[in-house]
Amino acid sequence: MNERKFPPFTEVGMFSLALIVIGGIYLSSHIPQHVPLGPPTALLIASALLVVFNLYTLTRVPDFAWGRFFQVGKWALLAYLLTAGLIEYAFLQNHLRGGPLVILTLSLLVYAVQVPAMIGFTVARYDTPGGAGGDASLVRS
Amino acid sequence: MAEITAPPEVAIQAEHAPPAGPLDFEIVPLKGLPIVGLIGVLLIAAIASNKLWPLTFFHVAGGAAWTIIDLFLGLVLGPIMGKMSVPARIEFTTKLMPKMVLIMPTVVTATLAAGWQLSTYLGTNLTSNPLHGWVVASMIVVGVMAILALGLLEPANIAVLFELKKPRPNPAVIERLMKRFIYSAGILGVMQVATLVIMTKLASG
Repeated sequence: MNERKFPPFTEVGMFSLALIVIGGIYLSSHIPQHVPLGPPTALLIASALLVVFNLYTLTRVPDFAWGRFFQVGKWALLAYLLTAGLIEYAFLQNHLRGGPLVILTLSLLVYAVQVPAMIGFTVARYDTPGGAGGDASLVRS
Repeated sequence: MAEITAPPEVAIQAEHAPPAGPLDFEIVPLKGLPIVGLIGVLLIAAIASNKLWPLTFFHVAGGAAWTIIDLFLGLVLGPIMGKMSVPARIEFTTKLMPKMVLIMPTVVTATLAAGWQLSTYLGTNLTSNPLHGWVVASMIVVGVMAILALGLLEPANIAVLFELKKPRPNPAVIERLMKRFIYSAGILGVMQVATLVIMTKLASG
C-alpha cells in the first residue's frame, strides 16, 4: 500500500467546491429579486484562492506523478468544460445578465478546473513517475 | 495420474492475489460516447425549445435514473460487492465502473440542466412562488450530493480503473478506492430519499 504523505488535496478541493455551490444557491434562491453580490463574490474569490493553494501544495510534493495527473486531468477538463458549457447555456437561455452571470460563469470555471484536478490527483497519488502504471491508457490496451 | 492439490493457505493467497498482467478493458467506453453526445444534443434542443414535455422528460427520466442507480448501487450492489471474492469483485468492477464513467455525468447533467429550465418554465424558482422553499431545499440537497459525487465518488471511480490497468495492480489500493466509492454511493443513496420527498412534494403542489 502506498503510504506516501500528500497534502489534503481532496478535502480542500471539496471545500472549494462547497463555497461556489453555496454562492450559486444564494444567487439562484433570490431570483428575480435584486441579489446582493458581496457574499457570492467573496465565496467565489475564496474558492478560486483554494484552487490555487491546492495546486501550489501539489507542486511541493516530491516525485509526484505529474505525467499521470495531466494525462487524466486534460480529458477530465474537456468533459467538465462541456458540462459547464451546457449549464452556462441554460443560464444564457434564461436571460441571466450582469453581475450574477459573471459570478456564476466564473464559478463554473472554478468547478471545471477543480473537479478534473481532484480526479487527476486521485489517480496520480497511487502512481509513480514512469512507474509500473506509467503506460496505462484511457482505452483498451 | 496423481492429482496435485494446492495447500489451503496457497489457495487463499491465490483468491486474494491481484490478476497477473494488465486487464483488457476500456476506462472510457468509446462506443458509448456517441450516445452521450446524442443525449447532449437532445438536451440542448429541449432547453432551447423551452417546452414542458421535453423538459419534463429529461428531468424525470434523468432524475429517475440518477436516484435508482444511487439507491441500487449504494444499498444493494455495494453490500453484495463487499462480500465477493477479490477476483470476482475485480471482474465485476472492470465491467461496471467504465459504464458508470459515462452514465453518471450524463444523467446528472441532464437532470440538473433540464430541471433548472423546467423550474424557470413553471415559475417555481421565483421567490414569489409558494413552493420556492422546496426548490431551494432541493438545490441544497443536490449541492451536497454534487460535492460528494464530484470530490469522492467520481475520482475513486476513475482511479480504481487506472489501478486495475497496471501490470501489477495493488489490491490494497483497489480495496481502499472501492470502499470510498461504495460508501459514497451509499450516502448518496440515502440522500436520494430526501430528493424523492422534495420532488414528489413539488410535483403534487
